[in-house]
Parts: sequence; structure tokens; C-alpha cells
Amino acid sequence: MSRDGDVSRDGQQYDAAGLRARVAEFLASHDHTTMDRVEFLRARFDAGLAWIHFPVGLGGLGAPRALQPVVDEAFAAAGAPDNEPRRIGIGLGMAAPTILRHGTDEQRRRFLRPLWTGEEVWCQLFSEPNAGSDLAALATRAVRDGDDWVINGQKVWTSQAHLARWAILLARTDPDVPKHRGLTYFICDMTAPGVQVRPLRQITGDAEFNEVFLTDVRLPDSLRLGAVGDGWRVAQTTLMNERVAIGGAALPREGGMIGILARTWRERPDLRTPGLHDELLRLWVAAEAVRLTGERLRQQLAAGQPGPEGSAVKLSFATLNQRLSALEVELLGVEGLRHDDWTMRRSSTVDFLERTPVYRYLRAKGNSIEGGTSEILRNIIAERVLGLPREPRSDVDVAWRDLPK
Amino acid sequence: MKHLLDTPLEADLRAGVRAMLADRCPPQRVLARVESDEAYDRALWHTLAVEMGLAGLLIPERHGGAGAGLREAAVVCEELGRAVAPVPYLGSAVVATAVLVAVHDEAALDAEDAALLRDLAAGTRVAALAVPYSTPPFAASMPVVASVTDGSVTGTVRGVADALGADVLLVPAADGLYAVDADAPGVERVAVASLDLTRPLCDLVLRGAPGRLVAHGPAAAAAVTAGLTAGAALLAAEQVGLAQWCLDSTVEYVRGRYQFGRPVGSFQALKHRLADVWVGLTQARAVAGYAAACLADNDPDTPVAVALAQAHCAGVAVTAAEECVQMHGGIGFTWEHPAHLYLKRAKADAIGFGTADRHRAGLAELVDLPGAGR
Repeated sequence: MSRDGDVSRDGQQYDAAGLRARVAEFLASHDHTTMDRVEFLRARFDAGLAWIHFPVGLGGLGAPRALQPVVDEAFAAAGAPDNEPRRIGIGLGMAAPTILRHGTDEQRRRFLRPLWTGEEVWCQLFSEPNAGSDLAALATRAVRDGDDWVINGQKVWTSQAHLARWAILLARTDPDVPKHRGLTYFICDMTAPGVQVRPLRQITGDAEFNEVFLTDVRLPDSLRLGAVGDGWRVAQTTLMNERVAIGGAALPREGGMIGILARTWRERPDLRTPGLHDELLRLWVAAEAVRLTGERLRQQLAAGQPGPEGSAVKLSFATLNQRLSALEVELLGVEGLRHDDWTMRRSSTVDFLERTPVYRYLRAKGNSIEGGTSEILRNIIAERVLGLPREPRSDVDVAWRDLPK
Repeated sequence: MKHLLDTPLEADLRAGVRAMLADRCPPQRVLARVESDEAYDRALWHTLAVEMGLAGLLIPERHGGAGAGLREAAVVCEELGRAVAPVPYLGSAVVATAVLVAVHDEAALDAEDAALLRDLAAGTRVAALAVPYSTPPFAASMPVVASVTDGSVTGTVRGVADALGADVLLVPAADGLYAVDADAPGVERVAVASLDLTRPLCDLVLRGAPGRLVAHGPAAAAAVTAGLTAGAALLAAEQVGLAQWCLDSTVEYVRGRYQFGRPVGSFQALKHRLADVWVGLTQARAVAGYAAACLADNDPDTPVAVALAQAHCAGVAVTAAEECVQMHGGIGFTWEHPAHLYLKRAKADAIGFGTADRHRAGLAELVDLPGAGR
């Protein structure tokens, strides 16, 4: 990778200046102050200025992913509306790369544009009450019936399910083979009869997530993503991208939770003690280390593909957020014990920076569970990065049907 | 943002140094020579400094150096750390050289200094900054270790690194920085039985030794700070290399060591700890890379970047070495296995150029996070 620009697969040179010029040209012919917001975003997609590393015709230019911020910043500087990426993170971060990699041409054309513009929100139907870390043990069944599949089961920890038009769904199509081999990946129509969404209240008092009950839900075979029985392999694309999405946002120094803590420290000399000072400085160092590691990872990604290094960033981020939010409550003392209110809110995004220290302390507990527990991430690092042997397993050569449950 | 990955040139340099060290400096050979009387491995130094020409990376081309930079020197330091190589690269080619280069950024070069820089670049002379190894780069004033009367330098410095085999000592005194020939009358070096066998310390006693003024006043203090800053930044690269060897050798060992009918590396109790070492190392690589990149660009964020690197990397290297000893079990506690060389270097490096705690205290000032009662 060169430091100044890069060459795409079609040999065309893309650099920051050239992309800024493309955005300027686009804005000259599309006036966002008069155009309908969705029409504007559709036009941006069609001009290849949505996710520039995607192929031409699918919202991209086949350009280096590292240059995406140049395009986003150019649109933001002009005051153009964006696609509210935080609202559609699951679609952008997980569904889209999976559809791009494993979908048919027809599926890519149908789903990617409204996904990117935010017209259609996506959610993820993976985890189940009895399949968390051991995702491949999931029990939701998909049974072929003519040109359809009939789905029955229960999913859990589904954020955005109450808002979603589509879901990525992992279901068991063959219970008579070992568990990893009997899975198939589907796109689930969340408006189909038999899909029922219920809020799941969490320790913060909010209901950010849902339980989703699937009862005789019929999906046409055209909504299958990848081959029958190949669901586990397809899901790996989703999961690798999930970890990058969770740990991967670029931030300036003191841009995250450390910034809140540092500001409080500077404004409140009365709260300072030597022990808290030591912990604060350790966490400032840790936050910078995590931030720079994320930056280095993004430079690696710009040159290639997401790899298991994303697991390290996600793991560090979880530990750091928990230590920071715990220190904040302790620093504030009795003031740190005040929450805003415990009313069940249907929040659809996590905002660590706007709410109370109580919220931050409690919500951070989820960081080491969601998107792969810290224990599973350590296994992934140990096995895939360091090449250490697996623990002996009793569930590899046994048909899923015969496993103890 | 700084480029935190190797450039193609840096990758080539890394591969070249690594291949040479694999051939000339395997751990068993380092182990075999640690109790010799030689202060450092002179044959290895000759290959690294003279044949490969790597002692002059920080020296401008007009003074006989390579005119490369801190990023390249950081690559060399990382590889030397990985091999726990017993050569005075950090003390001479980084710290003492950075001091002299800083002096001559400010002032004209006289004939003797020009000759010294040329010899340092060629690797034919070795220099050391005569301060305790624990001296951090952010002291309020220059660490004065000697007094000078009519060009005669007198003083005692305890715990100096890379000075035992040095030809020239750079001695900070009240009125400036002096160069003292190490074999001049009035210079005594007493070897310390040091924790780190591969970078032994010495106590330096100067009794009216003849000194030559290299810089005086603020220029001398600035030059010493520049040397210590380069040392602290590149020590972080060395710590990355140390930690990488410890992790690699431990992973290899636990994959092949069978107990209870399976490799001990298949037990989660070990896997998770090794994963944590890898995470710390991945962070250390980013943080050390950022420090070297800032220094190379003369970036105003350099003091923060260097304090950050020293606050983070020392602990990573020590933990990696301690886990290496522990996970090797009994063999890791023997003299015959090289793990102890790495443990000793890692622990000594945690003191070098100031402890992590001192660097955190430095950061408190730099980033405005004052302590209690302030």
C-alpha cells in the first residue's frame, strides 16, 4: 500500500483529491437542500459514492476502503444528509458484507441499495436461549416445503427487530449431521406472518434488544444466502465484520468515554485522590493504546481483509469501557449513584456519552458479552492467531440431534 | 495520522537484520557468552555496525551516516530486542548519537566532533551518555553528574548502561556536556554484577579526567534531552521485540509439551493468558510505532507519544517474559534455557529511562490531569 493513494482492482487510481472532486461534481448536480432526502441518498448510491470499496453498480467504485472517510467528510462538510449509520449499523456492518460476498447478483441488486439508504432496517437472528457462545448448537428449524422454507424457533438479543424490514437468519436444515454442517443462512422477511417481536428488558432498565418468535414462518427459497448446509461458513463473514464494527470506529484522543472522565477530573479538583489519579492515568494510557491499535488495524484493513485482529480490538474495548465506567462512578461518589430514570425505554442505539454514569457502568457490562464474549474472543486469538490446539471436544462428530441439551 | 505499518524499505531492513541475527546471535550463543569478560559481542557489533552500516542511521549523510531516521532505527532495536543481542546499539547508535546530532543541529561542527560522528557512523567507535540508566527524558533540568575545573572532569555515576565497552563517554556537567575518552587517565569503570546479563551496567568514577566541551548552556541540556527521548522511544521498540520472542517461544513450547495426554497449550488456563499477552503486544506495537513515527517527524506530540510508549510497553515486555518463564515450567527456571535472559532484560528495561509510573506522572503534566491537591 502506498501512503498517498492507491490503485483499485480495475487499475484506476483513486486518491483523496480525486474523490473530493467526484463528490463536488455530484453535489453540483444534486442539490440536497431541495431534493428529497431518500432520493438524494439513492442518487449518491447510484453514483458509487456510498461505500466506495464496493463494486461499481452496487454503491461503490472498487476504490480503497481507507479513502471512505474522505468521501463521508466531503458530504458532511457540504451539510448533506447522511444515512444515519448508527441506526442501520447491523445492515451496514454485518448484512451488507455477507450479501456482497455470498449473495446472488439478484440478491445484491434487491437488498443493498435500500439497506445503505436506510429505507430498510436490518436485524440479526442468530443467538438463541440455548445457543449463545455455542452458536452452532442453535435449534431453530428450517424445513423445505416446495419452493418455500418453513421456519420455527426462538431468537434472542435481537437489536432493531421491532424496526427491521429484513433479518439475517441462521437456521438448522439438517439435524442428522454434526451441528456445524446442518445450518443454512437465510434472509428473513420480518413482515411475514408468524414473526413475533417482544422487547427484552436489560440491566439498564431499557429494552434495546428483543426476543423474536418464529412460528411457521414461510420464506421463499430465493431468500436463502449461500448453499444449503453452508450456513456456518457464511456466518463467519458476518461475525468477523461484527467485531470490526463494534471495536472499529476512528476517534480522536480523548474521543470516547475517557474524555468524559478526563473532563470531570479537570473540572472537579475536590474529587481527586492519589489512588484514583493512578487509575485514571493507567486508563488514559490504556485508552490511547486501544485507540492507536484500532488505527493500526484500520491501516491493515485498508490493505486487505478483516482478520482475527479485530477480536483483539473488541476485547480491549470491552475491558477498557468497564474499567472507565467503574472509575467514573467511584470518582463521583454519592453523585455517581444518581440515574436519570428506570422507565423501560425502547432505545435503538447505545449512547455512552449522553446518559448517566449509572447507565455507562451498567451498559458496559454488555460489552464483554455481546458480539462474542471475552472468553470466546480469547479462544479465537489463541487458536486462530497463535495456532494453539483446541480443547478436546465431544460435539464435533455427533449428529446435532444426539447432543446432550 | 501516522503511518503505523512497516514501509517496504523498513520491511526489507527488518528481514535483513533478523536473518543476520538468526545466523549470528541465536539465544544459545548469547547464553554461552554471558559470563565472559567481554563487555559486549564485538564480532556481532562489527557485523551490525561496520558491515551492515546500521550504527549511522541517525547521522546525516554529510557526517558519514545513512541519514535514515528514527523509524528505521526502531526496526533495528526491535530486532535486537527479539534476539536479546548483547551489543551497545541503544546506548551508542541511538542515545549518544542522538545527543551529538542534536548538538550539531544547533552549532557548527569542530574537527574532533566531526571525527567522532564519522567514527560512530562507521561503527569503529562506541559512545555512551554517562547518566544512570533510569534517567527519564523529561527531567526539569539536565542530570548533572560531574564538576569540571580547567577541563578536568570529576564525578561518580552509578548504573550506566552500554558504557563498559564504550570508547567515548558523554558527561553532563554543570556548565555543559563534555566528551571524555574512556581510556584516559582518571577514568575508572567498575563493572556491576547486573540483573541484565546482556546489557551490563557499570559505575563510572572520574577523577580529574581530561574532558572536551561539546556543548554548553541550554544547547547541552537540549541535546541530552534529545538523546534520552530517542532512547526511551526506541527502548519501546526493543520491548516489543523482547515480548514477541517470549510469546513465540512460549507458544511453540506449549504446543509441543504433553501432560495429561494432551498438549498443555490446549488448556484454556494457558490459552487465555497467552491471548492476553498477544493483545498487549499488539497494542505495544501500535504505541511504540506511534512514538517512533512522532520522533521521526519531529512532531509536537512527541513527548506524549514517548511517555505513552514507556508507560505501556515496559509492562507488556515484563508480563510476556514472566509468562514465558512460568509456562515453560521447570525448564524455564534453569540457567541453560534462554528465557531468563529475556526476563532479566525485560525487568531492567522497565527501569531504563524511567519506570512506567514515572512516565504516567509525566503524562499527568503533559495532558493536564493533575494529581490530588493540585
